[in-house]
Amino acid sequence: MKRYVIAGNGVAAAGCIEGIRSVDPAGEITVISEEKHAVYCRPLISYYLEGKTDPGRMAYRSADFYDRNNVRVLYGRKAVRLRPEARKIELDDGTCVPYTDLCLAAGSSPFVPPFAGLDTVKNRFSFMTLDDALSLEKAIGRTSRVLIAGAGLIGLKCAEGLAGRVAGITVFDLADRVLSSILDKECAAMMQKHLEQHGIRFYLCDSAERFTENTAYMKSGANIPFDVLVLAVGVRANTALFREAGGETDRGIPVDTSMRTALPAIYAAGDCAQGMDISTGQKRVLAILPNAYMQGHTAGVNMAGGSEVFDKAIPMNSIGFFGLHAMTAGSYEGDVYEEKTENSLKRLFTKDGLLKGFILIGCNERAGIYTSMIREKTPLASVDFDLMKKAASTAAFPAAVRRKMFGGVV
Amino acid sequence: MKRVYVNEAWCLGCHLCEYNCAFANSGLSDMVLALKGRPIYPRIHVEGDEKITYAVSCRHCEDPVCVRSCIAGALTKEDGVIRIDKNKCVGCFTCILVCPYGALSPGETGVMQKCELCLENACGEPACVRGCPNRAIVYEEREEAV
Repeated sequence: MKRYVIAGNGVAAAGCIEGIRSVDPAGEITVISEEKHAVYCRPLISYYLEGKTDPGRMAYRSADFYDRNNVRVLYGRKAVRLRPEARKIELDDGTCVPYTDLCLAAGSSPFVPPFAGLDTVKNRFSFMTLDDALSLEKAIGRTSRVLIAGAGLIGLKCAEGLAGRVAGITVFDLADRVLSSILDKECAAMMQKHLEQHGIRFYLCDSAERFTENTAYMKSGANIPFDVLVLAVGVRANTALFREAGGETDRGIPVDTSMRTALPAIYAAGDCAQGMDISTGQKRVLAILPNAYMQGHTAGVNMAGGSEVFDKAIPMNSIGFFGLHAMTAGSYEGDVYEEKTENSLKRLFTKDGLLKGFILIGCNERAGIYTSMIREKTPLASVDFDLMKKAASTAAFPAAVRRKMFGGVV
Repeated sequence: MKRVYVNEAWCLGCHLCEYNCAFANSGLSDMVLALKGRPIYPRIHVEGDEKITYAVSCRHCEDPVCVRSCIAGALTKEDGVIRIDKNKCVGCFTCILVCPYGALSPGETGVMQKCELCLENACGEPACVRGCPNRAIVYEEREEAV
C-alpha cells in the first residue's frame, strides 16, 4: 500500500488529496499542517476583515473532508528535514514520517525587508494567514492609523478590508504604481485614483529609511505616523526543505507538467512550486489559488499512479476594490487593442496570431472566454476576432466549434 | 446525466428563457411582481448576432475550471451538477475570469449565480426549457461529454 505524505495543508494539499483519491481509494495519506486550521481560503482574509465572511464560511471544504478522504492530519507540526534517500520526512517534534510519494505543498512566507528600526515597531503584522488577520483585527480600532508596506495584491486587499474600520490607511511601495505585478502604468493609475477616492493614501517610488515605534521616516523625507504597520512587500516560496535535501531551487521548486521535481518520488505544488507559464514560455512561480489547486490535483493523480498533465498555467487574477474589478491574464506583449471610457479600460494583447494577455478594468463580462483563448492557444485566425475583441462571446467561434462546445447540437 | 442543450437553428432570439429563468429563481409566485419594472438577473443569456442566436447556460463541465479556481470553496460539483453556495461566495469574480462559456454572472446582491438546472428552486425542471416557445432549448441525456 502506498503511503502518501503532503507537507502543507493549504489549497494545493486539498487538490492533492482529491487527486490521490480519484485514483487510489485505499492508500494512507498523511498531511503535515503547520497551521492549526483545516484547509481554509487564504485569499478571503481581507473579506473577513471587511465583514463579508467569517472563519466558519472560510473553510475550503466541508467539515468531514479529511474523514471522508481518510486523511490523517498532523496539526501544529512542521517538516524540518527531508531525507529523499530514505524516503522519510522529519518533523519538528522529532518524529519521522516514511513515505512512498511526497508532495511539497509548503506555500510561501512573507518577505520581511531589512528596514532599520523595524524591531521597535510593536504593532507589526504580516497578512498571509487567518491567524495574521485575527491578530491584526485585535490591534486595530476606530482611531487607528494604519501603514501598509506594499501596494501589491496582498497590501491593497488588506487596505480594502480595513477601510471601514480604522481612521486612516497609508500605503507605500518602492514601485512607481499600484499592483505593479499585474497592471501597466495607465491601468494602475486608474485603480489608484479609485482607491484614493475611497480614502487610501499613497507614497509610491518611496520606501522607509527607518522606523521608530510609531513613525516611518521615508526616503523622500516624509514622516508617516502610524499605530499599526502591515508588511506586505512580497512573499518567498518555501524551498528550504527541498534545497537542504540536495534539490536545486530557483524562485521556487522546479516542477515539470506532471508536478514531479528532480528528486525521486517527490512532487511539488502551489506557491512553493515553479512550473511553466505557457503565456511566456518561462518557468515561474504563479502564486495564485487556481494554480495551487490544479497543480495539487495533478501531483496527487500522478503520485497515485494515474496520469495527469497540467500544462495550461498562466498568470491570472480577478481582484476588486470598492466595487471596481480588475481582471488580468497572460503576458502583456505584442499588439494592443484598447477600449477606454471614464470608468473602464480594456486592453487585449496579441502576438504571433494568438491572444497573449489582457487587462480589463470595470468591464469583465464573459472574460473567461478570453482567458480560455490564452490557455488553449486558440489561433486568432480561427475566430471572428473583430467581434471577439469588442465583446467576449462564443458567437465569435465558427459554428462547428460552437456546436462542439455546446454539446453537439445540429 | 441530463443537461440543457441549445439548438441555434431553432432559437428565435426572443429572450423568454431569460425571463423564465429570472422568474423561477425569484422565489415569487407572481411573474409580474417578480419581474415588472425591475432589472433581471437570469442565469441563461441569449448570445449571437443578427443571423444566429442561441441561449448559453452552465455546461456543468466534466472538468470544471470554475470549481477548481474558486477562491472561496463556494463552487462544488456533486452528482454532475455544479452548484454555488451563495453564503460562501464573496463576489471575487474569479469564476467569471475562467469560465470558457461566460456562464456565470453576478446576481442582484453581487455574489455569483449560475444555472443549477432549477434543482434548487420550486420549478423542478429547467424553466428555460419548459418555457421555450420553439423547443430550441432541451433538457436531455446525450452521449457526448461536454
